[in-house]
Amino acid sequence: MTQKKQASERFTGFLKKFYVFLIFVFLYAPIVTLMVLSFNASKTRSKWGGFTLKWYFELFENEAILKAFSNTMIIAFLSALIATILGTAACIGIRNMKKRHQGIIMGVTNIPMLNAEIVTGISLMLLFISLGIKTGFLTVLLSHITFNIPYVILNVMPKLKQVNNSTYEAALDLGASPVYAFFKVVFPDILPGVFSGFLMAFTMSLDDFIITHFTKGAGLDTLSTKIYTEVKKGIKPEMYALSTLIFITVLILLILVNKMPDPKAKEKA
Amino acid sequence: MNKKWLATPYLFWAVAFIVIPLLMVVYYGMTDKTGAFTWENVIAITSPEHVKALMLSLLLSLISTIICLLLAYPLAMILVAKHASKTSFIVMLFILPMWMNFLLRTLAWQTLLEKNGVLNGILSFLHLPALNLINTPGAIILGMVYNFLPFMVLPIYNVLAKIDINVINAARDLGANGIQTFLKITLPLSFPGIASGITMVFVPALTTFVISTLLGGSKILLIGNVIEQEFTTASNWHLGSGLSLVLMIFVLLSMVISSFFDKDGEGAAL
Repeated sequence: MTQKKQASERFTGFLKKFYVFLIFVFLYAPIVTLMVLSFNASKTRSKWGGFTLKWYFELFENEAILKAFSNTMIIAFLSALIATILGTAACIGIRNMKKRHQGIIMGVTNIPMLNAEIVTGISLMLLFISLGIKTGFLTVLLSHITFNIPYVILNVMPKLKQVNNSTYEAALDLGASPVYAFFKVVFPDILPGVFSGFLMAFTMSLDDFIITHFTKGAGLDTLSTKIYTEVKKGIKPEMYALSTLIFITVLILLILVNKMPDPKAKEKA
Repeated sequence: MNKKWLATPYLFWAVAFIVIPLLMVVYYGMTDKTGAFTWENVIAITSPEHVKALMLSLLLSLISTIICLLLAYPLAMILVAKHASKTSFIVMLFILPMWMNFLLRTLAWQTLLEKNGVLNGILSFLHLPALNLINTPGAIILGMVYNFLPFMVLPIYNVLAKIDINVINAARDLGANGIQTFLKITLPLSFPGIASGITMVFVPALTTFVISTLLGGSKILLIGNVIEQEFTTASNWHLGSGLSLVLMIFVLLSMVISSFFDKDGEGAAL
C-alpha cells in the first residue's frame, strides 16, 4: 500500500516537473531560435547555412541599428529615471491625502496600465498633434514616462504603507530636518520598491512598441519600430545578433545579482 | 507630516497625459471633419467589415484567455508548492524574455511554425503529416498565449502564495478530500488573481494589431488592425477614434467584471 502510494507520488512529481519544463520550453523556444539564427550564415530565416560570426561583426558597422539601439536605451533610462522620481514623490504625497482622494488618484493612475495600449498610443498622438508639438524624441519620452509612472507607484506604494511613521517623527523630534529625516529613515525602507519600480519601468519602456509606434513621428526609430518596418523586407540578421547580445548580458547580470550574498541573510547569521 | 504637495507634479502630469488625451479621443470620436457632433464614427462599428473584425477579435482573445487560464493555473499551483521562498526568481524567469524584443520573439514563431519550419521538421522526422500553421487564426492564438501567459501566471501565483496553508490543512482535517479542498477553499480564494489575470490577458489580446500582422499574414484583420490603419494609412482619425471608443467599452466592461471579483486589488499582478 505505502509502496504504491510512494510510486504514485513519484509519478505525479514527475508529471509536475515535466509540465513546468514544457511551459518553459514554450516560453524560451523563440529566444533559442533567435540565438541560433544570429549564427546562421544563410540570410533567410528558414535555411541553416552553417555557423558564422559574421553578423556580430557587421552589427558594429550598421549605424542604423546602433542608432536605434542607443535611442532605445536612452529613452528607457531617462523615462524610467523621471518616472521613478515623479512616481516616488507622488506616492508620498498620495499617502498623506484623504482616503477618498487617494481612491480617485489611484483609479486614474491605473488607466495606462489597464487600458488598451493602442488607445493610450492614439490618445497621446492626438494630444501632441493638436498641441502642435512635433512628434519625435521628446514625444516618445513623454509617452514612456506616462506609462512608466504607474509601474513605479505600484512598486513603491506597498513599501511606503509598511513604513512606520513613528521612526520618522522620532527623527524630527531629535532635530533632523524633514528632508534629512526622509533620506535617513524612510528612504532606506522604500528603496527596494523604488529600485524594482525603476527596473520594471525600464523593462517596459525597452519592450514597448505600440505606444512608440503612434508617438514617434517620421525621423526617430527605436529597436521595436525598426524591426516593425523591417518585417516586410526581411529582418537583418544583425538584429538577431544584437538581441542575443542584450539577452546574454541581462542573463549574466541577473545570475551575478542572484549569486551575490544577500546582506540581510548575513545579518541574521 | 503634510507632504501632499509632493504629489502635485504627478497630478499635473496625470491630467495632461492621461485624462486630457482620453478626452481628446472622445472628442475626435464624436465629431466629423468639420468639428460638428456626430454618432457616425461610433455607429461605423456596425458595418459588416468592422463587425467581422470585432467578432474575430473577441473570439480569438476569448480563446487565448481561456487557454492562458488553463495553462497558468496548474503551473502557478506547482510553482507555489515548490519554491515558497523564491518568488523573485520565478517572477524573473517570466520577465526575462521581455529583454528580447517582443516583435522579434513573435517573429521567431514564424520560423518555428512555417511550412519548412522547425516544428514541421520535427513532425516529418517522426513521420507525421506536416501542419499548415502559419497565417492562420490558430497562429494568432498561439502568439497571444505566448505573449500574455506571464500576465496570467503572476497574479494567480501571487494570490495562491498568500493562502494560509493552515486553512487547507483544516479542510483536510475536517475530512475534505483533495478535490473538495481545491473546489471549496483554494479556488474561491484565488478568484481575485484569476479575475486580474483574465483582464491582463483579455484586454491586450482583444486590442492587438501586432500579433495579427506578424503571425496572421496580412489577410486576417482584427479590430486593432482596423483602428491602426485609420490612424496611419487611411488618416481618418475621427473614424479611428470612434472605433476606439467602442473598443474601450469592452475594456471597461472587463475591468468592471474583474474589480467585482477583486475588490481589494489583491490580484495586482506584480
